[in-house]
Amino acid sequence: MIGHLIFKDGTTFEGISFGSKKGKAGEVVFSTGMAGYPESMTDPSYQGQILTLTYPIIGNYGVPERKYWESPSIKVSGLVVSNYNDTPSHHLSKRSLSQWLIDEDIPAVQIKDTRALTQKLRDEGSQLGKIVIENDVEFYDPNKENLVSKVSVKKISVQKAFSPRKTKNILYIDCGGKRNMISCLQRRGANVIVVPWDFNPLDSEKKLHELMKEQGIALHIDGFVVSNGPGDPKFVDKTIQTTKQLMETKKPILGICLGNQLLCLAGGGNTKKLKFGHRGQNGPCIMEGTNLPAGRQGRCYITTQNHGFAVSELPKGFKTWFTNANDGSNEGIIHTKLPFMSVQFHPEATPGPQDTEWIFDYFLDKIK
Amino acid sequence: MDKVKKVLVLGSGALKIGEAGEFDYSGSQAIKALKEEGITTVLINPNIATIQTSKFLADTIYFLPVTPEFVEKVIEKEKPDGILLSFGGQTALNCGLELHKNGILKKYGVDVLGSPVSAIILSEDRQRFSDHLARIEVATPPSRAAKTIKQALQIASDMGFPVMLRSGFALGGQGSGIAKNKEELARICEKAFPFVSQILVEKYLHHYKEIEYEVVRDIDDNCVTVCNMENMDPLGIHTGESIVIAPSQTLTNYEYHTLRSIAIKIVRSLGIIGECNVQFALNPRPLTPKRSDGGRAKPNDTEPPFEYYVIELNARLSRSSALASKATGYPLAYVAAKLALGKNLTTIQNKVTKATQFCFEPALDYVTVKIPRWDINKFQRADEAIGSSMKSVGEVMGIGRTFEEAYQKAIRMLDLEFEGAVNEAMLGDGVGRDETLKLLTKATPKRMFLLSKAFYQGVSVAAIYKATGIDPWFLERIKHIVSVEKAFKKRGILSAEDVWNLKQLGFSDKRIGMLLNKSGLEIRSYRKKHAILPSVFQIDTLAGEFPAKTNYLYMTYNGNHSDLKPTKKKGVIVLGSGPYRIGSSVEFDWTTVNTALALKRYKKQSIMINCNPETVSTDYDISDRLYFEELTFERIADIYDYEKPFGIVISVGGQTPNNRSGSLKSYGCKILGTDPRNIDKAENRNKFSALLDKLSIKQPEWATFTHFPELLRFCDKVGYPVLIRPSYVLSGAYMRICHNHEELAEYTKKATLVSSEFPITVSKFIEDAKEIELDGVAHKGRILSSVISEHVENAGVHSGDATIVLPPQRLYVLTIKAMEEVAKNLAAELHITGPFNIQFLAKDNDVSVIELNVRASRTFPFISKVTGVNYIDLAVDSFFNNPPKQIVQNPINGVAVKVAQFSFSRITGADPILHVEMASTGEVACFGEDIEEAFLKGELSVGGKMPKKGVYVSVGGDLNKAAFLESAKRIATLSLPVFATNKTAKYLEAHGIKAKRLYKIIEKQSPSVLEYIQKGVIDLAINVPDEQSEQEVMDGYLIRRCAVDNNVTLYTDLKKAELFVKAITQKKPDDLLIKSWNEYL
Repeated sequence: MIGHLIFKDGTTFEGISFGSKKGKAGEVVFSTGMAGYPESMTDPSYQGQILTLTYPIIGNYGVPERKYWESPSIKVSGLVVSNYNDTPSHHLSKRSLSQWLIDEDIPAVQIKDTRALTQKLRDEGSQLGKIVIENDVEFYDPNKENLVSKVSVKKISVQKAFSPRKTKNILYIDCGGKRNMISCLQRRGANVIVVPWDFNPLDSEKKLHELMKEQGIALHIDGFVVSNGPGDPKFVDKTIQTTKQLMETKKPILGICLGNQLLCLAGGGNTKKLKFGHRGQNGPCIMEGTNLPAGRQGRCYITTQNHGFAVSELPKGFKTWFTNANDGSNEGIIHTKLPFMSVQFHPEATPGPQDTEWIFDYFLDKIK
Repeated sequence: MDKVKKVLVLGSGALKIGEAGEFDYSGSQAIKALKEEGITTVLINPNIATIQTSKFLADTIYFLPVTPEFVEKVIEKEKPDGILLSFGGQTALNCGLELHKNGILKKYGVDVLGSPVSAIILSEDRQRFSDHLARIEVATPPSRAAKTIKQALQIASDMGFPVMLRSGFALGGQGSGIAKNKEELARICEKAFPFVSQILVEKYLHHYKEIEYEVVRDIDDNCVTVCNMENMDPLGIHTGESIVIAPSQTLTNYEYHTLRSIAIKIVRSLGIIGECNVQFALNPRPLTPKRSDGGRAKPNDTEPPFEYYVIELNARLSRSSALASKATGYPLAYVAAKLALGKNLTTIQNKVTKATQFCFEPALDYVTVKIPRWDINKFQRADEAIGSSMKSVGEVMGIGRTFEEAYQKAIRMLDLEFEGAVNEAMLGDGVGRDETLKLLTKATPKRMFLLSKAFYQGVSVAAIYKATGIDPWFLERIKHIVSVEKAFKKRGILSAEDVWNLKQLGFSDKRIGMLLNKSGLEIRSYRKKHAILPSVFQIDTLAGEFPAKTNYLYMTYNGNHSDLKPTKKKGVIVLGSGPYRIGSSVEFDWTTVNTALALKRYKKQSIMINCNPETVSTDYDISDRLYFEELTFERIADIYDYEKPFGIVISVGGQTPNNRSGSLKSYGCKILGTDPRNIDKAENRNKFSALLDKLSIKQPEWATFTHFPELLRFCDKVGYPVLIRPSYVLSGAYMRICHNHEELAEYTKKATLVSSEFPITVSKFIEDAKEIELDGVAHKGRILSSVISEHVENAGVHSGDATIVLPPQRLYVLTIKAMEEVAKNLAAELHITGPFNIQFLAKDNDVSVIELNVRASRTFPFISKVTGVNYIDLAVDSFFNNPPKQIVQNPINGVAVKVAQFSFSRITGADPILHVEMASTGEVACFGEDIEEAFLKGELSVGGKMPKKGVYVSVGGDLNKAAFLESAKRIATLSLPVFATNKTAKYLEAHGIKAKRLYKIIEKQSPSVLEYIQKGVIDLAINVPDEQSEQEVMDGYLIRRCAVDNNVTLYTDLKKAELFVKAITQKKPDDLLIKSWNEYL
């Protein structure tokens, strides 16, 4: 069946539909990552976005069971690829990508020239668009609302450490975070108390303690993580306010992706929307201030990127931690004295290179 | 690191199986990278046909063997402060390691740049490397030694069946094998233990996936993987023999990135500075993982089951890194050289995007498929099975946006007249379904076509997977190709929708036409009418994320726009040579690169078309536009239609482009140089013969036959021996010399070639004739300059295998004059503009012409570098009607000798004998004060050794024996034991030369020749065959093969053997002068 990807400016790409027949609208973005479509598609940061994959052959290893996803459902509004393969081959595959899309009612089209589409987005910036198969739908701008409230967990819960040796308790504010972010903490011996984006642990200490008791974990919080998530950080004011208060506890805080922007805003800095964002698995980020001889650049890490907004102005007391080696944009901030830090990229990867998982160690080491 | 000022670069010598053009690419890029830093470069590489041995690259060039003895002397003379070992393959690496171990590098204060030597040594020692990996918790295939059957059983049950048993090489493979259960294990052990004291029991990784990563690391510990690659064939088939896909297709994010992290971990642990290749085995169906068998410890169930082993690591540039470079656009060798100088990755600007830097990992928005090119059928008696060692001689890489598109393109790129995944001839060969499935279990060069055939015959994916271990994902893609073509054929009508679909799956016009009984040209015009045209896409390393200025292009039907505008009249297309193969190799890369560079002088933009990832012509900075594309008529015409260029050069890339001249001309392309109608007059045997007759130029008597009786009559008339061949040949394919009726009958029976469709050409073979080459460039029929070089071997040895001497040493002035006259007449008659080559026979001043090629021959780089005239520059001048007024040759002082490199040891079972069919895989050329010095340097460059233990002589035929006597006397002066078989021994004794008699196999007595060769008593074997009986042929073959397998220097040609003996008896090591190219000028 034929489907169309229609942009607000009227540009239309025709393609073969391989997902749900229900049309969907959103912001059209592209990612250059070559492996890991199940991980990307379930990344809540893609809420409200139609994802174009620049790698042209998709579907090869099917879809694994839910426990391997980054969240319990597909988060992209639609998927655009060049060529879809309906013959997956992998021992973990439970169903085809097409079946998954149909099951979750997400439209998808194969338009051959995804390179032209990518070039359009690159040159003109991310734009609104919609995938129309049978029935037309209205354009929708995800950047005009609080998307975090849609993807954040609804109630608090505890995810216990995988190896319960010297455990630390981390309060994790879920703005639409990825499964592996929590796993990375659990793997390092942390109990993770997952709370909704608008939950303020300082105001609701009692509730928190009840849960922790129930789960049999010690009644102390050692640090905070503000997760990734979709959309414009400025809509997430409640989390910004919470983060501000958390900073007063002087306990270690780690922000990731949206969390980086929220920490920045909480500290009094500013953020901006990027033209077409960074989405891929090959973003080189240079760590500032690494101790090297004159004339030498710092260490450069290859990172997973998925963001449309970035830090434009450092908050007071913070310095640049990481810088994007390609366009010089900010990729992380760190407080000069206190244990507050955040990164724009994804140290939890999935999908992408695992090179910056050490950020979690670094953060946990700050806990006395 | 102190700043280095002068760096010695070691090349890899001649092209051979397992070490080919990729090292010209890597060495050239390294030298460029060094030059940019103001470093003086000294290069040792006897391979004269390479780009790296060009004046515009290295500052000082030595055409000398890359062996410790010679390199030490160069170091002593040049006093470099640094040396690069990792850009010249295993040859350079081994040589460098030896210099390190001998303390030579330390003695002369030469720093090894790049990865620490200790790391390289560690990575080269299997056991130590495996121990090292165990220490950093990285898995290698479990392997333990057993001293008894009981122990072996215990180990096997611990490991789990099946296991691989290895009992060492002493038994010639016997006593090794795969045991699926206790019984099989016991059986193998029983055979082996009487002979060996221990057996190695290894985990057998049956049908595991093979995955590779290319990693670079800088001095500041920045580390990236430039590319990962997946072998289509499962583990067990050498990566050089496998179809390889980049990026991997069947790996999940977890698998992709976990292996990536492990690769980086290993590279960091070794302290690599520069480039490194890591190869993994990955279990496609891992069960409960244990840490000990490659599984990662599972902290929880969010990490899937996973089992891998590291199977190989190359701490240097490799064939895979060349492939990765071309697959991604990331110039690995260039970057690796910068890193070796201590640069930080982030400070090296990305030459492709010109907007970013090199500390990143390329994102591809296309897929590449590499397919090896084999020429196994060119070798008599060779075994066509492919497996864990390399036999292929070249490779191609198809680029597309579907696997099917890239795969079918790559198959056409092989230049073997295949139209795609389906081989029509094989479909109709009458072999049934069950037999096909059985054939599929053995990997051979034909297997890729058996896959499509099996699908045609309705075999299931599951059954083929079981037989081949090729992941079902790839099988499904091939099945898809088959079903789409079947359905289309059934519908039997052309529609735009169908054609689009077929083109997106990589079908050629010709194949689409075949399915509907139409010609490719009909499909082409239909396509153009319906605007079904390929898009031109850039390979920009970033999948379109940033605007890139790259010139690296491919064409795809999976697109609707083109990334850049046509060059129009500014552009000139240069056709490259396609895959390296026997008969077409790095020399045609030199010619195409030089053409592209020369076009700059005419303010033209060069548009290179080539599809061979191991070339310099496909480097990012050689041409203004590089189409990494097929050299088929269809694709060249597509590019021509799109670019609308000033013209196209077809005469510098060897036979493949030359073969396109007619069809391109008919299509209306402007061919620069000789008119294709005149090219045809030289190529077409009948026309050429008539032309020679017309010009009263002598030629060996010949005729073409479609009936065997007529053929016999002709042979009787002209007299045996005769030279026999199919009408249409490249590099002597299927050519033979027949000495009598029986051999003739045998040949025609074997080749089943005599038919009206496949006529056969027979010519009188002139014995004991000299073969001479004349190469030159003409302009509008007037020769601008030419060079005559002579073969050491008599006619009967293919010119590509022959030893070639320049200037000629044994030619009469009259002969030279006669040949020049013939050349003058031919050039004038065919109105030649551009390069040409004539092959002559000369006997007693009588000159006849064997063939004329109206294109650059493989000797062009050789003659250009020896005479000081760049004949490609001259050819380009002639294309643009701008011939220089005066051309002065500035030949070297001394003699240059070009020597062939053979790779017989790689081709199991092949008879290592020289004949009319070309067998060499590469060549070198060395300079000397006289022919002996130059020749000896050349022979030492291609693996020859001065004998130190004993010489075996067997010269067949009385005339040959007499001719060899003088040489035998020389051998006697070496104070080495001489061995010979019965007749030769008697002959030698009769002439006062003491020789110990050894027995032939047929004689069933000890000591036999084979015994002595295997024992290492003999280190030079001269075996000039003149074999009559079947058994003698077999004996001779076994002796030759045994010499090759035991790495004993072997000569089978009388003239070449004589020259070698003369050289080793006249020259001492110190007589082989260490002089650079410049010092000969």
